[in-house]
Amino acid sequence: MAEKRLMYGNHAVVEGVIAAGCRFFAGYPITPQNEIPELMSIRMNEEGGVFIQTESEIAAINMLFGAAAAGKRAMTSSSSPGISLMQEGLSYIAGADMPVLVVNVIRGGPGLGNIAPAQSDYYQATRGGGHGDYFTITLAPHTVQDLFEFPRLAFELAEKYRNPALILADGLLGQMMEPVEFSFEPIDPKDLPDPEWALSGCGGRERRIVRSYDLKQGRLEELNVLRSKKYKKIKDNEQRYDAVECDDAHMVIVAYGTCARVAAAAMRIAREKGLKVGLFRPITLWPFPSDVLSDMSKRIKNFLVVEMNCGQMIDDVKLATEFRSKIDFLGRPGGGVPTPPELYKKIEGIYGGMQ
Amino acid sequence: MKKIFGRPKGLTDILMRYCPGCGHGVVHRIIGELLVELNVRERAVGIAPVGCSVFADEYFNCDMIQPPHGRGPAVSTGIKRARPECIVFSYQGDGDLAAIGTAEIIHAAGRNENITVIFINNAIFGMTGGQMAPTTLPGMRSTTSVKGRDIKKQGYPMKICELLSALDGPYYLERCAVTTPKNIIKTKKALKTAFRNQVENKGFSLVEILSMCPTGWGQTPVQAKKWVEEVMSKYYPLGVFRNRAEEEK
Repeated sequence: MAEKRLMYGNHAVVEGVIAAGCRFFAGYPITPQNEIPELMSIRMNEEGGVFIQTESEIAAINMLFGAAAAGKRAMTSSSSPGISLMQEGLSYIAGADMPVLVVNVIRGGPGLGNIAPAQSDYYQATRGGGHGDYFTITLAPHTVQDLFEFPRLAFELAEKYRNPALILADGLLGQMMEPVEFSFEPIDPKDLPDPEWALSGCGGRERRIVRSYDLKQGRLEELNVLRSKKYKKIKDNEQRYDAVECDDAHMVIVAYGTCARVAAAAMRIAREKGLKVGLFRPITLWPFPSDVLSDMSKRIKNFLVVEMNCGQMIDDVKLATEFRSKIDFLGRPGGGVPTPPELYKKIEGIYGGMQ
Repeated sequence: MKKIFGRPKGLTDILMRYCPGCGHGVVHRIIGELLVELNVRERAVGIAPVGCSVFADEYFNCDMIQPPHGRGPAVSTGIKRARPECIVFSYQGDGDLAAIGTAEIIHAAGRNENITVIFINNAIFGMTGGQMAPTTLPGMRSTTSVKGRDIKKQGYPMKICELLSALDGPYYLERCAVTTPKNIIKTKKALKTAFRNQVENKGFSLVEILSMCPTGWGQTPVQAKKWVEEVMSKYYPLGVFRNRAEEEK
């Protein structure tokens, strides 16, 4: 059996990134993700990688732009206010079709907010975030195990589609401890081939240019149309989700990350009392797993969306279900985390109204 | 017939879009020559700024990247750390480097990042239409200081070489101009040192180049050269501000 270790979520990110063959980290301290750069500074040193504590998140994301353009796996981590600063860079990176990994351990906002767990950056992550017509692949871990495994998945998707990828965790996932199975053979960076875009010096080949601009008449329109085709391909092929006890369910909770953990506990209470409740957990927030949810809505008449914000993913649930179903919402913004009894009470109320 | 003069292989054949009398073309040529003379073209990665020289990614005949406004030193850092064998140069104007990118340039210098920075100071925002730059001289007119830069309201210019020379980090800092053949030869020498320092893993080198912008200044090319000589270089004195190679001798 593979090695198992009890780890903090933030530490699992570090080991997951190293196991994914990434040897480039640049970042700026911010709570609640500081354990990532702290451990990363030690681990990158041990692994002969690059660790840079930057002057700002703006510098960090641009160092990633450089490293990714040079053809190397590169990542940064931050929390909400820092991720806002990275949006300029992410827009350029998306416009230059470069793969990078950004981990957002979300805290309460807007503004400086607080340092408690939240899911209030859902819109920012799934709607592009910066200026221009683009999307970022967004993964939502719900266990410390996910935090170990998702960096590799994120790099693979980012490189396959030449697109930035985000992992949306929250303060609770980052700070909690769970056993982690080192479930795959670590990738040796030497085994990763130089990608076809890598800026490495033009010796023996044509020179390469990495850029997000094109001023030729009509050319940018063409590029955007081309990129939208890429996005469609991602939507067609990469929707990921987990559906628990949805087959016989009369109502289904839709929740990701920490909320999915709370929802699973509330669902258990409901099931013990004989209420037929299922849980639909999006794993990719972009592309949102709309196809399955759409099918489900032909059968399920009640959905309950649970989020640690005032209601953001609920829009995607409404779009996916095309208003066929009744959609209720439980939200706890500003660092609030719903409890299983609180959620069960809500389920009971909706369920009662159904009969 | 024997060809005795032409474009260096460090430049592409693309026609440059710079205005008559602009200094960018001269500096581009120097860099194009040096990429070949120092035999680094095939392992060079250049960074084009935002501004008139955004098109530098088309003009330099090597791998190029065009990052966000002012972030060249951060992108350079990413490339250099990811591929230390590459020769990385960041070409930046005064809006790019001395306004929006001040944090990035100061910290790259502070880290003594092993990169080469070419800083074109023409005291104005050229690409956007001649607005005031952080380097615009007191009393100098621009489209956002039509009566001349009023130091009471608009403050004082940024002297980048002086500013960076207050740090322990940078290895080499020099200010040159591209006004006369003599100055152009001096600029080439400075840039050669700046590239060679990187080849020899010495660290951060920046060459500030006072450059003409006749269009932005509302002058003829000849007047513009004269203005750099007689006015601009009085405010921004030419010379070496840091040369650790000399200090360490």
